Amino acid sequence: MTVMQKKAENPIAHLTAEDIETLGKELDAIRERVIASRGERDAAYIRKVISTQRKLEISSRVVLLFSLFPPAWIVGTAGLSVAKILENMEIGHNVLHGQWDWMRDPKIHSTSWEWDHVAPADQWKQSHNELHHRYTNVVGKDNDLGYGIMRVDEDQPWHPAHLGQPVYNFLNACFFEYGIAAYDLDLGNKLKNGGHKDPEFRTRLRAVGRKIRRQFLKDYLLFPVLSGPSFLHTLAANFTANLIRNLWSHSVIMCGHFPEGVETFEKTSIEGETRGEWYVRQMLGSANISGSRLMHIMTGNLSFQIEHHLFPDLPSNRYQEIAPEVRALFDRYGLKYTTGSLPRQVFSAWKKVFRLALPNRRQPTAPATPLDDSADRPTQALVPA
Amino acid sequence: MTATVPRPGPTRSFRRRLWRLAETVTTPVLPSDYLDLVAPLRAGADLRGRIVAVHPETPDAATLLIQPGRSWRGHVPGQYVRLGVDVDGVRQWRAYSVTSAPGRRAEPITVTVKAIPDGVVSNHLVRRITSGTIVQLDQARGDFVLPERVPSRVLFLTAGSGITPVAGMLRSGALAGSDVVLVHSAPTAVDVVFGAELRGLAERGAIRLIERHTEVEGLLDVAELDTLVPDHLERETWACGPLGLLDAAEEHWSARGHAARLHTERFRPTVITAGDGGTVTFTRSSVTVAAAGGTPLLDAGENAGVLMPSGCRMGICFGCVLPLRQGAVRDLRNGQLTTALPGDGVRVQTCVSAAAGPCELEI
Repeated sequence: MTVMQKKAENPIAHLTAEDIETLGKELDAIRERVIASRGERDAAYIRKVISTQRKLEISSRVVLLFSLFPPAWIVGTAGLSVAKILENMEIGHNVLHGQWDWMRDPKIHSTSWEWDHVAPADQWKQSHNELHHRYTNVVGKDNDLGYGIMRVDEDQPWHPAHLGQPVYNFLNACFFEYGIAAYDLDLGNKLKNGGHKDPEFRTRLRAVGRKIRRQFLKDYLLFPVLSGPSFLHTLAANFTANLIRNLWSHSVIMCGHFPEGVETFEKTSIEGETRGEWYVRQMLGSANISGSRLMHIMTGNLSFQIEHHLFPDLPSNRYQEIAPEVRALFDRYGLKYTTGSLPRQVFSAWKKVFRLALPNRRQPTAPATPLDDSADRPTQALVPA
Repeated sequence: MTATVPRPGPTRSFRRRLWRLAETVTTPVLPSDYLDLVAPLRAGADLRGRIVAVHPETPDAATLLIQPGRSWRGHVPGQYVRLGVDVDGVRQWRAYSVTSAPGRRAEPITVTVKAIPDGVVSNHLVRRITSGTIVQLDQARGDFVLPERVPSRVLFLTAGSGITPVAGMLRSGALAGSDVVLVHSAPTAVDVVFGAELRGLAERGAIRLIERHTEVEGLLDVAELDTLVPDHLERETWACGPLGLLDAAEEHWSARGHAARLHTERFRPTVITAGDGGTVTFTRSSVTVAAAGGTPLLDAGENAGVLMPSGCRMGICFGCVLPLRQGAVRDLRNGQLTTALPGDGVRVQTCVSAAAGPCELEI
């Protein structure tokens, strides 16, 4: 009936069906409370982030017009990298999730937003919101598990091609936005199965082509031309900013579902899944990143990946506020809240990428190091009445 | 990198090319998204206005002085303007009569708002909004206006905030040569919006003012006009106020065969009442179906053969969002009601929303 019977240690064996539904109701109550209190403060927050991002981007690009001078290059590239990260993470990702639709502002709405990314917003919304968030960590259904090119779970079958996955992962990190565009197109499968002749696919492909062209024109032609003698320096700066943004977002996103301690699920486990079971899957299938407020903003609050997966449409500035309550629920129901610092989680995820490049050892062993700082605490006697 | 275009209109073509170039520079957003940061009222921007001042009129009414953006095309006295204002972070649209006389295009306009009990927007505008706030605007609209040849004898029949479109007409000076009677109802003398100004006009003989203080004298019965304004049926009449007054006036004027002389302004032409289930119209598909209160709009549409966009079907992916042109829907997860009138720009998730009365979806 529930999700992970197959695991050696089923992390929810101690919960009855009733417990799971009660847990679901408690989570629903948190969601309702946030929705009832959404208001001016939240609207002011997102507008502030958007205007800060735009001012930072434009001033960085102006500084880069003089990128021939090394200090201008450094300041401009740093500013542009931060602006691009903010634009993709705290703004784009979250607006496209519909987190700000409630404001009824047609300019900040999931149906009208487009982002600084080669993947067109509508294609990304489909593969990310509809597939990844619905089928989170279900092996064979959630292609975010290894993006179709890597093996990130023991339950995924091994193939000799996986030997190269540390290299693929590094390349994917460097050119992450193209990886995402290809992934949204389901490019690998389409090429393999002849689906690339399908007219609908070709329409989508053309849309990606147009998006890439626009992005290229801006970053690699127009701004360099405007920079005159600084042409090559600006081009290099823009390339660097895109690279930094790609590496950063790839790292943050790897931390969301790949670190040790995150559970995966079988296809059959979600048949007839209840609301409570869906919540439990999100709780066990996601991992947080600890850090400062600035760090949370730079990750688009995906450092609260658990809270985000439970409530993908709540305003991102609220995740931090509800995190202590969510964590208390994990404790009360005896579930593991996976979290750690960015370096530790990135290391953990990369370790997995390396380890699973090889076939499974005969007896899968538990991770050697506890990754959750709560792991030392005695497990509570579970479940309230 | 642009080829020269010798004809026609090289300047316009050049500007268009320049704008296209700017769009390429600012992609994926538009140049206007950047310009809005510094000049939200500039020519060519979406029409907005800045609140310049807020003057209290009565204990529960206030006049807002609004500087419209450069795209404002002006108004005719009696017309209304739709105002989009963010209340608790949510954009809400309401229509208010413009109460200022038409001036030059760069001059501020005024609207006068009366706070109604539980009115989300009116209370915000009367009590909370501060000068400096940017609001969204639409161009002035409405045919509750004086004709080009102003009639020599005029009756205004108003109540409460119904005085506002008439105030615009009186202030415009267009009625200077006419015989004007104003019959206005308000609970008490202090509740009369523009009370001092109207009494001043009456003292100067510009109008004949009949004030009705309903808390003491009771509601006006339209039949009383026979004695109050014996020649009222011979006057061109403009009436604005609560629906009860307008209905009674229409009946009175039609019963006596003078319906053509009566012009009315109804501020709430459609009243959205929430129920359980209702008829759903998919406007572009020209399909109408009856949907139960527990059926998601998405299912109702699909069952009727409408090509509905859809996604996770559980309220998380926002792949099914459609504009709700008008009507009421209920969120199946928490019972929350959402209502919309045309122009409100409300969008709903069809997979977790059910009809709560008649509604129209744009698809």
